[in-house]
Amino acid sequence: MELLKQLNAPIMFCIVGLVLAFIVGLCIVYLIKSYRAGLALGMDRKKLRRAMTSSATFTVLPSISILLGVIALSGSLGIPLPWMRLSVVGALHYEGNVADIAARAAGMEGGLGSEAMDGRTFVTVALVMSAGILAGCLLCVFFLKRYMKKIHGAAEKKKDGKKSFGDYLFAAMFVGLVSAYIGSYLGEWTSTGNFMPIFVAAVSAAAMALFEYLARRRGMTWLDNFSMAGSMLIGMAAAVGMGMLL
Amino acid sequence: MNEIEKKEFYERYENSAHRIGRIGLTIGILLLLAAPLAMGWVLGAGPDWKAFGMGFVQVAVIYWTSGIMEFLVYAPMLGSGASYLTFITGNIINLKLPCAVNAREICGTEVGTPENDIISTLSVAVSSLVTVVILALGVLCLVPLRPVLENPVLEPAFNTVIPALFGALAFKYFSKNLKIAVIPLVFMSVLFILAPSLIANVSFLILLSGAMAIGIAWYLFKKGRLD
Repeated sequence: MELLKQLNAPIMFCIVGLVLAFIVGLCIVYLIKSYRAGLALGMDRKKLRRAMTSSATFTVLPSISILLGVIALSGSLGIPLPWMRLSVVGALHYEGNVADIAARAAGMEGGLGSEAMDGRTFVTVALVMSAGILAGCLLCVFFLKRYMKKIHGAAEKKKDGKKSFGDYLFAAMFVGLVSAYIGSYLGEWTSTGNFMPIFVAAVSAAAMALFEYLARRRGMTWLDNFSMAGSMLIGMAAAVGMGMLL
Repeated sequence: MNEIEKKEFYERYENSAHRIGRIGLTIGILLLLAAPLAMGWVLGAGPDWKAFGMGFVQVAVIYWTSGIMEFLVYAPMLGSGASYLTFITGNIINLKLPCAVNAREICGTEVGTPENDIISTLSVAVSSLVTVVILALGVLCLVPLRPVLENPVLEPAFNTVIPALFGALAFKYFSKNLKIAVIPLVFMSVLFILAPSLIANVSFLILLSGAMAIGIAWYLFKKGRLD
């Protein structure tokens, strides 16, 4: 309890605040830079604003779910560290799992939350959480420029007006990603009886179908900015309804 | 601006995006590693390096491998600026990538073009800022918000954010790429039904599913059956 009090001390928030301020600064630099570049390249101002509006609305619900991750971890790691981890570089599915592995490695046999933590264990867990997810960042620092040059080179070769396979490649990869998740929801339903994920996915898909119909067939294109967030909200509301029924 | 000027401008933009990204991520990585040590300094405790080594190896086997895969697969989808931001701000699969793809769909830009790069960067920058703001507000209001967010009635909603996201994306992508989607979807469904223990490894099986979808797309492309 004493450690938790120390972990939630104002100085800890200051340390995390410093890291977050830097990341916010980096985001703002890229935001301004890409917006100006878009205008300079002749892109429609409305299109750029649409991209920003849709991204903001898209982000709200997943962010609330990420906030729940902060709350879940705050009981054992205090608020500042999970706040930093889930605002920067972390991922919802990663943090709890890694904190648990690190806690066991540091001698907590029952894993995270099983017993009172001391300062040394906390620092070790926090350091493993930070170092364990840096691969993508390091690869960006050392290889992204070269990698993107190769990608652009491949894209340049196809400038004969025809569509190249590259046009389909990324759609296919995304189809694969979504297929894996939808398949896992079906598997969860048949193996554990938990039908909620596949039910919510189906409701969200139906809601998206409705949004697409209204936007494409009824000319309500302004709905595009909210269709993803709206579909998710409808799916999640259906989960609440189903939860009350059960 | 004519085409040549546009190309030169974009090259300059991209070079500076790389410069900012490399410097920004280097500082970001150092800050991320320094923060736990600074917290330890406040607590008067240092890390247990032996335990750190053991924990790190266990974590790295899984997450450095998936980090490499994520870099190879998602960086071309995102473009330069967005990749730097996405990898330093995290939550890639459950937020940043779908968010950038959604913005791209709405704006009608194509992967690999300067326009797409710009839209993706704008999208990920805005998304990251919104997440930081929501988490900051959430942390500030943690005491009054906690009973609402942890209300058992709302629990099913917050437990199903990711299914809601992938359900909506499924319609969007499957409806436009039905010929590519059928086999991976059926295969992955059957696989998870027959071997539910694999569900825990879904983030790895994305690679199998993705490879399958790419193979099918390649076959259909060669046969001239893709629109």
